[in-house]
Amino acid sequence: MFVRLVYESFRRQKRRKLLAGAAITLGVTVATAMIAVATDIGDKINRELRTIGANLVVTPQEDSLDLEIGGVNLKPPTDGAFLSEADLPKIKGTFWHNNITAFAPMLPVSVSIEQDGKRQDVTLLGTYFAKQISFGTDHFTTGVRSTYPWWKVSGTWPEDSSRNVLLGERLAARLGDKAGDEISLAGRQLRVSGILSTGGAEDDEIVAPLALAQEFLGRPGAVKRVNVSALTKPEDAFARRDPKSLSGAIYDRWYCSPYAQSIAFQLAEAIPHSHAEQIRQVAQNEGAVLTRIEGLIFLITLAALFASALAVSSAMATAMFERRAEVGLMKALGAGRLAVASIFFAEATLLALIGGLAGFVVGSGLAHQIGRSIFNSDISIPAVLLPVILAIAVIVTFAGSASAIRRAVGLDPVFALRGEL
Amino acid sequence: MFLRMLVRAAVLRRGRAVSALFAMVVAAAVATAMLNLYVDVQSKLRREFRNYGANIILVGRDGDGDSLPADTLARVDSVLAGRGIAAPFGLVVARTSDGQPIVVAGTDFERVRQLDKWWSVSSWPAESSSSSDSTSSEDQNPHPFDKLRAGSVAQDATRMGHPESSSPALIGVRALAAVAPKGQAFDLSFQGRALHVTPAGTVQTGAAEDSRIYISLADFVAWTGVQPSTVEVAASGSPEEVAGIMKQLAQAIPAGGVRPVRQIMEGEARVLGKTRATLLAAAALIILTAALCVLSTLMG
Repeated sequence: MFVRLVYESFRRQKRRKLLAGAAITLGVTVATAMIAVATDIGDKINRELRTIGANLVVTPQEDSLDLEIGGVNLKPPTDGAFLSEADLPKIKGTFWHNNITAFAPMLPVSVSIEQDGKRQDVTLLGTYFAKQISFGTDHFTTGVRSTYPWWKVSGTWPEDSSRNVLLGERLAARLGDKAGDEISLAGRQLRVSGILSTGGAEDDEIVAPLALAQEFLGRPGAVKRVNVSALTKPEDAFARRDPKSLSGAIYDRWYCSPYAQSIAFQLAEAIPHSHAEQIRQVAQNEGAVLTRIEGLIFLITLAALFASALAVSSAMATAMFERRAEVGLMKALGAGRLAVASIFFAEATLLALIGGLAGFVVGSGLAHQIGRSIFNSDISIPAVLLPVILAIAVIVTFAGSASAIRRAVGLDPVFALRGEL
Repeated sequence: MFLRMLVRAAVLRRGRAVSALFAMVVAAAVATAMLNLYVDVQSKLRREFRNYGANIILVGRDGDGDSLPADTLARVDSVLAGRGIAAPFGLVVARTSDGQPIVVAGTDFERVRQLDKWWSVSSWPAESSSSSDSTSSEDQNPHPFDKLRAGSVAQDATRMGHPESSSPALIGVRALAAVAPKGQAFDLSFQGRALHVTPAGTVQTGAAEDSRIYISLADFVAWTGVQPSTVEVAASGSPEEVAGIMKQLAQAIPAGGVRPVRQIMEGEARVLGKTRATLLAAAALIILTAALCVLSTLMG
């Protein structure tokens, strides 16, 4: 009998049910989309923050002093220690290799350039542009093009295996060269494939493939430092602890958290005779920006959840209010208060489940759309979200209709039948 | 009559009127809060991005290394008028007493402290390097690293050996190992002129600063005769405002070249743009929901 009553209610009052269901669907859509965006926004913004450049640097352990002013390296060429280029793929073998989005090795070499009979000393910076690297079965492309997205080239980027170079724009202006020209460096003729504009020290330098710089230096396989771009977790007091003082489970927790310090520690482990640290200008500030944005989105998600809960409960309350006459009829026929209440609660639950499911599907689609149009990547919907959303939908629907049901059920059937309050 | 009907309807069906009113108040409040947030998020986030340091660099026009005129900093301050911070930097290559070359920079410590907040400094030097006459007994045999950790300017210990005043300096962590491994005072020479330097603190940034020695601008100019060649400026405001400041700076200082730090500006624009877009989507959804809430209350 109970089931039949509920079924007939759905069959005969389609329009009313549809309206209530639509309200629930809309509310759940908004809630799902907002929760999906809020859980994923941290990772998305972290990736966007990587466009500010590398946040970690790996240098040789024994190396001490850099002599660089305004992009000109004044150090004697063979001075100091070097890292080995062959060790670089090991960066992708660290525990947090998935968080390392790009890296670029650097080898600054002082060369003399001949122009119109004059000789000047400039720095030739050897690096990777978009080099293919394999580590085990992993293949990836890395270099300055992925580590420093604000570098712009008018002309073409050199191939990593070629002997073409880029001329920094201020240097090019001083020398009067443009893309396609040939320059003479320490007796070798090289072709300028493009003019580089970075807004930094590189505008006064020549940027070349790493192999070429190693040739000029006379040290094959040498790398002076590696700038690494990694997705990190904002620093806290735990992050700043010295790993040598930690042990056991606490050490594991530190090691397995993607702090800038722990990733630097793992980089130094992976590359022999190296020292790794944060580039503080980038690493320190991104934590603050990320935390603020995440906090903002969290507040907005709460507001969205509140608004959708309100919308759903007010729709249910309104729907319930319209059916006072039905309640009166049922009570006049002898139904107890509990029986009447349970029929309406059953209807509400069914509506919530159906509307919730529909809302979840639409909400996921909406979240995907938002992710694709703003971040050009998918927003991942955690599978556990479905039962959570359905549970919330049922609870909110209950809460919305509860007081209305209680009031309706408490009415004297005579008054209810006559349509009076 | 019309008014009477309205009032009676509200009074008699108090429950309905109140719930409708409540729904509308909540909807209006949420919508207002969302729109406010959307407009406001820019200024809030820009303030965070100023912590990245300079977004404008002023250099000598004819290439790096050329000095700017002596009044440059004053002019920059007047253009900025509180809309940012500026710090001057002068750079030379000096030599230690064993002939090792090292980069020495002269700057205004107070300004750098505000501009480059990410510098990890053990202790900032006191500005003045004028002679002080106190000699306490505990300074007789100070442990060098205690001096650096405690942060006291170790002028007293050096004054006993050197009559001329000594410059307090901030030493980069890499430079420290090379010039003052025990934290002792040391000498530098530039073009025949000597400077006695006392380590007052260390600085670590993970970048070029770690290999440099920083002294106050007054000491720097007095010793080398070289004026600052760079002024780093962190200008606050929207991209249009920053572009306006750049134009004003170019006009006020014709001998200087004004350059944007694209690394910071482009990164900031990108992150801010995406955050605003996300907020706009969220705001639209929330306002829609609030409207639905009001609608369903009225419909019943």
